[in-house]
Amino acid sequence: MQEQQHHIILPEGSIEKQTNTLNLGPTHPATHGVMQNILELDGERIVSAEQTIGYIHRAFEKIAERRPLYQITTLTDRLNYCSSPINNMGWHLTCEKLLKVKTPKRVDYLRVIIMELARISDHLICNSIVAVDAGAFTGFVYVMQYRELIYEIYEEICGSRLTTNIGRIGGFERNFTATAFTKLEKFLREYPKVLKEFEGLCLRNRIFMDRLLHTGGISAERAMNYGFTGPNLRATGVDYDVRVHSPYSSYEDFDFIVPVGQTGDNYDRFLVRGEEMWQSLSIIEQAYRKVQEFKGAEAEVFHADIPEYYLPEKEDVYTKMEALIWHFKIIMGETEIPKGEVYNSVEGANGELGFYLVSDGGRTPYRLHFRRPCFIYYQAYSELTKGAMLSDAVITMSSLNLIAGELDA
Amino acid sequence: MALSNEEIKNKLIEKFGDIVTNFDEPYGMLSFEAPKDMNLKVLQFLYDDAALQFQFLTDLCAVHYPDDKGRELAVVYHLHNLVENTRIRFKVFTSTEKPDVFTATKLFSSANWMERESFDFFGVNFVGHPNLKRILNVDEMNYFPMRKEFPMEDQTRVDKDDEMFGRGGSII
Repeated sequence: MQEQQHHIILPEGSIEKQTNTLNLGPTHPATHGVMQNILELDGERIVSAEQTIGYIHRAFEKIAERRPLYQITTLTDRLNYCSSPINNMGWHLTCEKLLKVKTPKRVDYLRVIIMELARISDHLICNSIVAVDAGAFTGFVYVMQYRELIYEIYEEICGSRLTTNIGRIGGFERNFTATAFTKLEKFLREYPKVLKEFEGLCLRNRIFMDRLLHTGGISAERAMNYGFTGPNLRATGVDYDVRVHSPYSSYEDFDFIVPVGQTGDNYDRFLVRGEEMWQSLSIIEQAYRKVQEFKGAEAEVFHADIPEYYLPEKEDVYTKMEALIWHFKIIMGETEIPKGEVYNSVEGANGELGFYLVSDGGRTPYRLHFRRPCFIYYQAYSELTKGAMLSDAVITMSSLNLIAGELDA
Repeated sequence: MALSNEEIKNKLIEKFGDIVTNFDEPYGMLSFEAPKDMNLKVLQFLYDDAALQFQFLTDLCAVHYPDDKGRELAVVYHLHNLVENTRIRFKVFTSTEKPDVFTATKLFSSANWMERESFDFFGVNFVGHPNLKRILNVDEMNYFPMRKEFPMEDQTRVDKDDEMFGRGGSII
């Protein structure tokens, strides 16, 4: 009652009392991807939001049912394309779990380097886009130069940049070159300074804080009920991290902190991602040190010895009968995969990326389901933005780190 | 891991008797099934029981087994106890003639879209779902594309007119 005195009382049915409908997306500069939000607005305040997704649905799960394991890696590239290497590795790890392949330690460490680089590049995009939506374009353009350093490392290892198709079942397609390590060193040397500058630009900036604090928040209970994972869950204060809870690729050998927030709002998500980048840097340094410790023949290992699934050297294919046979069997997908059901997950850049693979003993999966983290947590968006301002909804969307490719599979 | 698969299994059998069946541990994850009208009771028990506390729904998806008459569609729940760090897999089977399964949205908000996805691609009808409509496919679609009766195109077929695909010249 007290509150009403501050408002003008409008007659029933007057035009100011009606709400407006606004289509945010599917192609809107603020959505950063093809997704639509139908917002019901009362002035600038959001009454309700409904999401429409599926604009770039490409039937990956269906296609995967006709493809040998080998060819599914390229599908995983196109899920979260800001950090394809993590998806690739997650898929290889799933296959390795099904095939009961044990990878050498050096492979594990090299994979950790690649995955953490991918995490940094993903978080970097997300955080700088949050800054763009808050009005700070400079940071975004500046840090993109340093994401380029990461992409150059990918290029050196696998030849491509965005949809990487990096690695093979059992290891990598080729050993890391000396140039790759030089580029890695360059990145490790130059990046921390830039990240510090970027944080200096945003973290204690009054405008930035005002825009992010207390917007798009969610409690830990609701976040868990909504199936949040990754930085979005950790921002609410739950320290769930797949790398720690069920370590894969020898993550148990590394020392790192799992940063958590408190309120789960946009600012906490920003902070958690920022700190995770520092932690990733430290993991990469540790992994690089471990890689350098290998001596002699061990220092050349870059794949497990599994001729049924790992493509033989091209030179051998041309000169040796056995290698030629395996080459064709693998390329044509003529190897039967064992019967079984396996769920494997990795800590993707935006949450738990899971692969549920059902095999009936044929040459292709009987059923493959991707647990795409942002598909699951995006449904909380209407709850996150209820009663918020339109401009906050835009920041909330980018700070959730929604990737349309992953959303729509 | 404090909570062993054996303990979970014993608890379930103690509570539900021989209703829960097909216990298995593929690749270390406890997996079992229950009749489809019992799915909510089992999920609720797993959620509430002080020792079990499977309160995180990691994943929900469907699988189509057309040869298994009367139980063609499986709905697979992956549950996670975050405190003990234990995962389990729980399945219910339903026929395609009457693909009704109770919705888990009351228990897990995350089930909402995942159930819509299973409906969209497999036609599992989640009874009691607040908004059961297609999510990734167009609303006008009148079939369930992930079912096995819609096979992917045979890659060796030769009747395809390549001109339609911008590759010039037909091959037949």
